[in-house]
Amino acid sequence: MLELNAVYAIWLREIKVYLREKERVISSIVSPILWLFVFGSGIGETTYPGTSNYQAFILPGILVMSVLFVSVFYGLYIIWDRRLDFLKEVLVAPVSRASIFLGKVLGGVSDAMLQAVILLVIGTLLIIPLEPIRILYILLILTLISFSTASMGLVLGANMRSQEGFILIINFVMWPMFFFSGALFPISNLPEVIRPISTVDPLTYAVDALRTIFFGTGAFPFYIDIVVLLAFAAVTAILGVISFGNLQQAK
Amino acid sequence: MVIIQTKKITKKFGNITAVNELDLEIEEGEIFGLLGPNGAGKTTLISMLCTLLKPTAGSATVNSFDVFTQQLKVRKSIGIVFQEPSVDDLLSGRENLELHGMLYGMDAKEREKKIDEMLKLVDLVDRANDPVSTYSGGMRRRLEIARGLMHKPKILFLDEPTLGLDPASRKNIWDYIKSLAKEKSTTMVLTTHYMEEADMLCNRIGIISSGKIIALGTPAELKRKVGEDIVRIKGTTDLEKLKRYKFVKKVEVDGEYTELILDNAAENLQTLLAACSKLDSVEVRAVTLNDVFLHYTGKEIHDEEEGEGSWFERVMRVGGTRA
Repeated sequence: MLELNAVYAIWLREIKVYLREKERVISSIVSPILWLFVFGSGIGETTYPGTSNYQAFILPGILVMSVLFVSVFYGLYIIWDRRLDFLKEVLVAPVSRASIFLGKVLGGVSDAMLQAVILLVIGTLLIIPLEPIRILYILLILTLISFSTASMGLVLGANMRSQEGFILIINFVMWPMFFFSGALFPISNLPEVIRPISTVDPLTYAVDALRTIFFGTGAFPFYIDIVVLLAFAAVTAILGVISFGNLQQAK
Repeated sequence: MVIIQTKKITKKFGNITAVNELDLEIEEGEIFGLLGPNGAGKTTLISMLCTLLKPTAGSATVNSFDVFTQQLKVRKSIGIVFQEPSVDDLLSGRENLELHGMLYGMDAKEREKKIDEMLKLVDLVDRANDPVSTYSGGMRRRLEIARGLMHKPKILFLDEPTLGLDPASRKNIWDYIKSLAKEKSTTMVLTTHYMEEADMLCNRIGIISSGKIIALGTPAELKRKVGEDIVRIKGTTDLEKLKRYKFVKKVEVDGEYTELILDNAAENLQTLLAACSKLDSVEVRAVTLNDVFLHYTGKEIHDEEEGEGSWFERVMRVGGTRA
């Protein structure tokens, strides 16, 4: 059961809070740009079909990384909300936890997409020109990824007892998800033993879907990428609604 | 009609039992006061009744809905003013109220009307559009109260609503609570550290200690149970002799003073004083709720210092984490 009014109210709050914390907006755009221009230009060339420019090759991966980090950090942020007790006001409101969750996720999606658009504009202007229809597809895929990763962040945040878990999640969840996704290299370069890890990393399919749109060819069929991403979104959303349903006042 | 009922409700945090098989019934339309020392379980009890904490054992109904299985229906029936600040720092006062109104399904017109009314009540009209991060502790508190009252809930929980407020704001809030009470449509459950506040506002009071209700009744009944008047004397007297009088309910030595709780001082004071040898001073006053509280819990609430201190600590903490 969803109350659209409540979803909108929570989304609006998230957007306002986000835009007022300028440091958050600025700091989260810095590291993707560093990856893209320092790492990307430092490496030089690649042999990926469709492009020989390494910077262009990692652009889809960096977009996914940016969305992943912004969305997951956003989700983990509810630990602070809990500490500040602001969350109590929302939890005691007469709206379903599913609505609260959805409002929160959409807030995270908006944050992440704002940054993705900035990066995509930089990318199209400086690295690889793209026509509007492809940009639209890319944004749709990124929205789907950010929906799933923001849900994942909220699930982790809702089940975490303290801020200390934050570092663990960055090191043991986020960086591995990023590295195994093949964002920085084709996963066919990976040794046989490690490759199975990549195939269970949902971000692999996110990167692959974007690469298919960018360069016309991917490691998996496009429909498989989309099915995996939809399944990832569905699973994280269900877990999110359950976690929010169980969410209690922090003691 | 009973509007809130708990049956052996219990909450444990690890080894600590915060609320211990507590039974309580609150009638519709009454203002019920929960008094107790810090850590007695007041806030935990309220959190369970508000569906923010799940009981470890036992059950409770609010507005005849089960707090465990019918959470959404309970939430629709209640409003709460939290003890800890829970307004959003980065939003303005008005935006905080806007958000609240939207969450409680008010339409835009109704919201605007109610927000203006509430801002006036808590005297925040001039600062309504400033971010809450620029508010003083007292102003945040007032905004919090405005928000809890805004949607006129059937049952209102007020967890130390006037903590940290100046006397004028406190009186405003009291007047509003009294006017709500007159309409008889809102049931209120109030926790407070201010005994005079409880005495003046509450129809009934429950004193809670170590997670259990240890005394229950109207303020007058509770006072009568303890005694009617207190005589405080200084001087050399034979206490054993005084204790033998039937009207002397309790004798307590406090340094060079002795406090005696009497029934009906007007009638018995003369007998008592005649029995004393030589007195340097005599003071007679009526039993207050504070005496009742001390009698039952053995602890005095140092409301001002303790309350203000922890309140400021909380505000400082919040300021520190976000600013």
